[in-house]
Formats: sequence, C-alpha cells, structure tokens
Amino acid sequence: MRNVAPNLRVEDAATLTTERYGALLRIVAAGDWVIGEAPRLDAELRRLDLRGDGEAEIDGSKIGLLDSAGAWLLLRTHRDLEAAGRHVRHLSVPTVYKPLIETINNADVCQPHPHPRSGGFTDFFVRIGKGTVDVLKQGYALLSFLGQITVETFEAVFAPRRELPFPALVTQIEATGLTALPILGLLSFLLGVVIAYQGADQLRRFGAEIFTINLLGVSILREIGVLITAIIVAGRSGSAFTASIGSMRVNEEIDAMQTIGLNVAEVLVVPRVLGLMIALPLLTFYADVMAMLGGALMCYADLNITFPVFMRQLEGAISLSTLWVGLVKAPVFAFMIGLVGCFEGLRVERNAESVGKLTTRSVVESIFLVIVCDAAFSILFSVLEV
Amino acid sequence: MADAAPPDDVAIRIRGLVNAFGTKVIHDHLDLDVKRGEVLGVVGGSGTGKSVLMRSIVGLSRPREGDIWVFGENTRDMDARAMRSLQLRWGVLFQEGALFSSMTVAQNIQVPLRRYTAMSESLMDEIAAMKIALVGLPDDTATKYPAELSGGMKKRAGLARALAMDPELLFLDEPTAGLDPISATHFDELVRDLQKSLNLTVFMVTHDIDTLRATTDRIAVLVNKKIKVGTIHALRHDPDPWIQEYFAGVRGRAALDT
Repeated sequence: MRNVAPNLRVEDAATLTTERYGALLRIVAAGDWVIGEAPRLDAELRRLDLRGDGEAEIDGSKIGLLDSAGAWLLLRTHRDLEAAGRHVRHLSVPTVYKPLIETINNADVCQPHPHPRSGGFTDFFVRIGKGTVDVLKQGYALLSFLGQITVETFEAVFAPRRELPFPALVTQIEATGLTALPILGLLSFLLGVVIAYQGADQLRRFGAEIFTINLLGVSILREIGVLITAIIVAGRSGSAFTASIGSMRVNEEIDAMQTIGLNVAEVLVVPRVLGLMIALPLLTFYADVMAMLGGALMCYADLNITFPVFMRQLEGAISLSTLWVGLVKAPVFAFMIGLVGCFEGLRVERNAESVGKLTTRSVVESIFLVIVCDAAFSILFSVLEV
Repeated sequence: MADAAPPDDVAIRIRGLVNAFGTKVIHDHLDLDVKRGEVLGVVGGSGTGKSVLMRSIVGLSRPREGDIWVFGENTRDMDARAMRSLQLRWGVLFQEGALFSSMTVAQNIQVPLRRYTAMSESLMDEIAAMKIALVGLPDDTATKYPAELSGGMKKRAGLARALAMDPELLFLDEPTAGLDPISATHFDELVRDLQKSLNLTVFMVTHDIDTLRATTDRIAVLVNKKIKVGTIHALRHDPDPWIQEYFAGVRGRAALDT
C-alpha cells in the first residue's frame, strides 16, 4: 500500500498553466515543484499538447521550491517541446535553482532502460529447459563432490596426513548430536504414542491388540526411528552446515583458506561429515528408545498392557537384527546430509540472497536423498531377505 | 539536558551524547552542531565511534544518554511515524553501498519512490535514469545487478539511492574508502557538485585527508570520547597529540601542502 509521508505534503501546491499567444506556447510553472507533487505534474505534463512549429518558453520564475524531480520534469518538458518541433526560447527558474537545472542538464540523462519483462509462454519452456539442465549439472557436480569427500574422509580416518582435527570433530558431534537430544526425544516419544494409538485402534477390531507392540517394534526400529532422526538432523544440521559455510564464502574466508594452502574439504567438510556419521547412529538409537517409551505409555493407557507384559511381547516380536537394520542406515543418511549441506554451502555466491536460497535447497535435497536411500535399502533388504 | 530546540540554521544538534558497549564508553557527553548547507567531515582513529555517531543520528542505534535534534526535532522520544517522515529528509550511503542484491540498480533507486510516492512506472524509470546520470554512472547501469558492479560503481549507485527522495541531509560513511585515488577524487568532486546544486547538508565519515581537504567546510575530530570541531587549518594548530599526528604525518602533510 502506498501511503504518502507527511513531509511529502507540500505547503504551496505546484501549478501548471499554459498560455498560447499565436504561435508561442508558454508553460508557466509555479508553487513547489517537489517530489511529492511529481506524480500529479507528470500526468498533467503528459496530457499537454506540445505540437506546433512556433516558439515556446517555460517560465518557472514563480517556483517556490524546486528539487531534482521537479527540475527533471521541467527539463523533460524542454526536451519534449524540441522533439515536437518547437524552438524553446528559454527556461527560467529562480536564481538559486540555476545550478540544479544546470547539473541535471549536464548529466547526460538517457532514455530509461525498460526492465526486461518476463514473456509468458516461451519463457515457461525456457525455464523448464534451464531447470532440467541445472538439475543434471547439479547432480554431476554433487557426484564428483561425493567422490572427493569419500577419498578425503577415508584418508582422514585411515591415512591421516596430519592428526584428525579432533577438537573440530568433537565440536561437530556436540552441535549436531547433543543439542538435538531434547527436540528429537520429544518428537520420537510423541511418534511412539501416535503409532501405538493408531495401531491399537485398528488391531482391537480383530481382538489382536497385543500385536500393537509388534507393530511398534518393527516399524520404529526398522524405519521410523532412523527416518525421523535423519529428517530432523537434515533440518537442524544440514541447514546449519550450508549457512555457516555459505557465510564463510560471503566473507571470503574460504578464499583465505585456499591462499593459505588449507584444504577446504579437509578443514571444513570432513569434520562435519564424520561428526554427523558418528552422531546420527547414536541419535537414532536414542530416538528408538524414546519412541518405544512413548508406545509403552500409550499401550498402558489405552490397552492396559503393563510394562513387563510390553517387554515380554516386544522380546518375541523383534530380534537384534531388527535394530541393526535400522541403525545401519544411519551413517549412510548422515553422510548424505553432511555431503549435501557442505556441497551447497560451498556453492554459495558472494551475496546474502544466495545463502538463503542454497540453505533451503540443501534441506530439501538432503531429505529427498534420505528417503530415496531408504527406499533403496528396503529393496536391498528384501533381496537379502533380512 | 533538554534545552530548547536549536535555531533553524542548525541541521543536526547533539547534546550530551553517551554511547557505550557494556562498560566500554565510546562517546562521553559529546556535543556537536552541524549547520545547514555545510559539509562536515568526521575523522577519528579506529574504534573512536565515527560510525556509531552516524548510526545514533539516523536512529540505527539508540544512545545511552543525550539528545539529538535533526531539523529541530528531538529524535529521542520520537514515535515511529514521526521518525519515518524524518527519514525521508535524509539519505544514507553505507560503506559498501548496501545495495539490495536481489534488485537492479534502477529498482534499488525506486524502492523509496515506490513506497512513498504514487509515481507512474514511466516517471519512476525516468527519475532512476536521471539519478544514475547525476552520479555519473553510464546509463546501462540501470538494469545491472549490484553483483555486476565494481566497488566504485556500487558507491555511486548507493549514492543515487540515497538521493532518490531528494533529501536535505546526506550521510556518507567512508565514501572514498576502497577506491583508487582517481575514482576517489572524482567521487569528491561529485559530492561537492551535488552538495552545491542540490543544496545538501553533508555529514561525512572519512579517513581520507584528500577528501577532507577537497570537500569539507569543517572537520569534527573524535578524540578522548568527545569531539573537536574546526576548519582544517585551525585544527592543524590544535595541541592534541592525535590531531597533531593526523595532520602532521607524512600523508597529512603531503595532502595539505600541495
């Protein structure tokens, strides 16, 4: 909404009158020709019929206040008159405003460049094409980054040129793991409650309430625990990786590292990726436990299944491999999240907007990849008949 | 110290300004008058609070104590509405230009026009082209994005945006820092020209002695958490050691004696 600011109200309203003496066209400007009046004056001036081949003059000697917007309107009228075929005898303004008129007249004002407008239908296809190429390019770049980081990570662990950056690693584990405990614990506890409630509701119809526990055990340990953990961590830590590395890029810190001869992948990416690969399995186990607790509570509240009964039933429902099937995915998901987070961070351009854009993209991409990976794992496990 | 409002020919009056970060006092009961139509240069060592002073005046940081009048209005207890209408009467050029990176130069200049006036698109395009020409940028700059501009061009574009609403008062934060000497000289000339033709009051934070000599009417030096104001020649004879060193140093002498 446009609201006119108080000081744009003028005291002495600008006026514009035209007088014609035979072939002479006289434009008289008076009052305050300032920016607040410019929109109205602009419209009035555009309505004027300037055509003719006689002489013209612009009399602004009665102008009270003049600013650059008003001066521009006078000068534009001057130009328009000449373009219409008239000879402009003179343009007069109060003496104090002569330098202003001169400055703007000397400044070589060209025709404004129209902003390129987006052209409807063809533009749509152009953007689809561009988007497709971008996605493919991005996939290619991500793949080569995957290779680079895999090599760097293996080197850092198995053949360290220097000692592993241990403090950085611990800091990352704390930032991605420890600080995620409250939110992750709460969410997985609630998920356990929800699954138990829904399961109990359906299974009760068959008189098979007790199997709610089987449902809980298998679905949480195999899938839900690790998925919810990965998604929360992608939102918390993947975005943080992109934003922090991206800001470093904006500040030229990355460039500084390169000139000092530091290996950016080794200093920034490996601690983050490794830290996440250690933290995520631990978080997953924690999420599993919290979700089972939530489920147990709901079973007691809804089905009157006491905790010892719950545990006995759970023992029959799951085996150690159920837990492992879930946990084994965690480091892979962690690698994906860390990789995408760092990759997008390093692609940030030197402007603030790019940080935000790529942070969003990093979260979306890492969640996408986590789910794709999870599907791939499902296929793998069904082939292996785990 | 809420004494009466300043006379009409004072654009900015500061009385008893105290700024501090934690226990570190930056300004200790600082007083300053900026007259209408003058170019005031503000100098001082690093960390003496030049930028903080500017930010206090334009309302970006709230001083701990003291009164600041701009155009006779006390900004301390001003409501948001009054502040906004005051903001339209000044323009600020930040150190790196602070152009909005998602917009072209023309769109940057049009931001205040769009917000505060009811101009037609074509008039806004014309005004943008006029301001771009006024600050001496080539006309194709209008459709460029800030990322495509050099440092000097960014500053000129920032100046064009600061001038968009035809302000009476212009704040410049280190306008020539980071420019090569030739661009800096041109920028000095530009500021002086615009100041004269648009009848501006200019509050300029700078380190550059050449700029001070070329553009300013008076200089305010931040020393010992207070301010000393005078012409460049009066200040050269000030006994304060920092001021002595500043103007008598090799750079200072070279700039002043030529």
